[in-house]
Amino acid sequence: MMLMKRRDFLKAGAAAGAMASLYGCAGGGKASGHVVVVGGGYGGATIAKYLRMWSEGGVQVTLIERNPTFISCPISNLVIGGTKTMEDITVSYDGLKNKWGVRIVQDDVVAVDGAKKTISLKAGGSMSYDRLVLSPGVDFMYDEIPGLKSADAQSKILHAWKAGPQTVALRQQLESMKDGGVYAIAIPKAPYRCPPGPYERACLVADYFKKNKPKSKVVILDANEDVMSKPALFKKAWADLYKGIIDYRNNSEVKDVEVATNTAVLEFDKFKADVLNIIPPHRAGKIAAQSGLKLINNRWVDVNWLSMESSNTPGVHVLGDAVFPAPTMPKSGHMANQHGKLAAAAILNLLAGQEVNQTPVVMNTCYSFVDSKNVIHVTSVHQYDAATRLVQPVKGAGGVSAARNELEGKVAMAWAKNIWADMLA
Amino acid sequence: MKLLPTIAALGLLAATGAVHAADPNLGRNLAATCANCHGTNGNAVKGAGLDSLAGVPKEKTLQKLSEFKSGDKPASIMHQISKGYTDEQMDLIATYFAAQK
Repeated sequence: MMLMKRRDFLKAGAAAGAMASLYGCAGGGKASGHVVVVGGGYGGATIAKYLRMWSEGGVQVTLIERNPTFISCPISNLVIGGTKTMEDITVSYDGLKNKWGVRIVQDDVVAVDGAKKTISLKAGGSMSYDRLVLSPGVDFMYDEIPGLKSADAQSKILHAWKAGPQTVALRQQLESMKDGGVYAIAIPKAPYRCPPGPYERACLVADYFKKNKPKSKVVILDANEDVMSKPALFKKAWADLYKGIIDYRNNSEVKDVEVATNTAVLEFDKFKADVLNIIPPHRAGKIAAQSGLKLINNRWVDVNWLSMESSNTPGVHVLGDAVFPAPTMPKSGHMANQHGKLAAAAILNLLAGQEVNQTPVVMNTCYSFVDSKNVIHVTSVHQYDAATRLVQPVKGAGGVSAARNELEGKVAMAWAKNIWADMLA
Repeated sequence: MKLLPTIAALGLLAATGAVHAADPNLGRNLAATCANCHGTNGNAVKGAGLDSLAGVPKEKTLQKLSEFKSGDKPASIMHQISKGYTDEQMDLIATYFAAQK
């Protein structure tokens, strides 16, 4: 019989439903298999937990992460400003391991074979997968700033754009700087990780100077033509709180550095600072290109927004900052977490032989501190649009704070505690 | 073989490009977009200062959301976020959270 009667179709559906309730996974067969997740940041940790939680343990998950603990980039500017410590932004992977049964492997992935469905580890050996998730974050493009290519240069002129040892080192440079010194932060052309982050950092360093080294200055060398996030709110904070301290310079792309003199080389100019903090341009973590995934602009991974699956390598899903963003979508930890959930739902459907959700939604919230207590936010909601095959920002939704305020300072810390728990606890 | 008719029917649906059936986990997936701030399955971190939504009656969550959306209820951020979801999506979200412990 080629055509099934409606009644039979409904019966088949009901049978599938009964089976599903038996396994706690609505809508059909049970998802099973092995998912390997590479990178335990906001995207990777989230999907590791959600795959285990939503499959009720039916899917095996291995998380490969090079660091022993999770250290958060969001809130790390407060460590640089001196009001939080590294301990405040560090979370153990024990929750994923003990509560959720995620196998954690501390290592680096050096190769992916998408045809054989295997990965190779730096420490040796390989691992097979049914589905692979790459959440590799970003790598810096030191070729764009030749003077920064050596390890020695990189140890002196810091980015502190990956939370960890550089966060501590930049704080130390600021503490060691004499009063009357100049701190300069260089911002690459967009898109880069955390659009408001550099401006927040400038505020928090200026706040530290204002209270402790009042003759010191902050110079922002921005490769972009204007402030890339919350421009009116940041500019108001600079005018109200840091007049004479923060000097914002647009269209000031750093092309090179002279390490011996701590000098940034611009197109027509040079700028010498006491503490020079350069955020180099970045691209998807190199495992993405090494795996043969299709990149856009030779930098960011092209994905299918219904599943976060690579557009040219079936079975490989990519999350977070490494992805070529959909319109107005920021590279943020919050968004990486949302990518993780979208991909977790899609992978479980695919492993159960079902169609993926055709109407995914992701949303973003970024809080930025303009001093140790006052915060401004930006938020947006993005719904899948079948016509463009992209998640598109919902018109009329989202927005920014009316004004900086202390209430959102408290909410920002509550956000951090909740999102860390949502990923790792 | 009993599975064949199902497969044939699914094939037919795909071939005719019929409207996709809603994912049975749509409510779960939508509610997960709230979890960054309101906790996994609506269980916010205790004492952190954000509302838990788990176990809250559906009508109560829906009323709050609609007041945020209309602007009747002042908010720092939810008035902007609620406008990004359709009424049907908010219904699914509120239903999902009401069923959580």
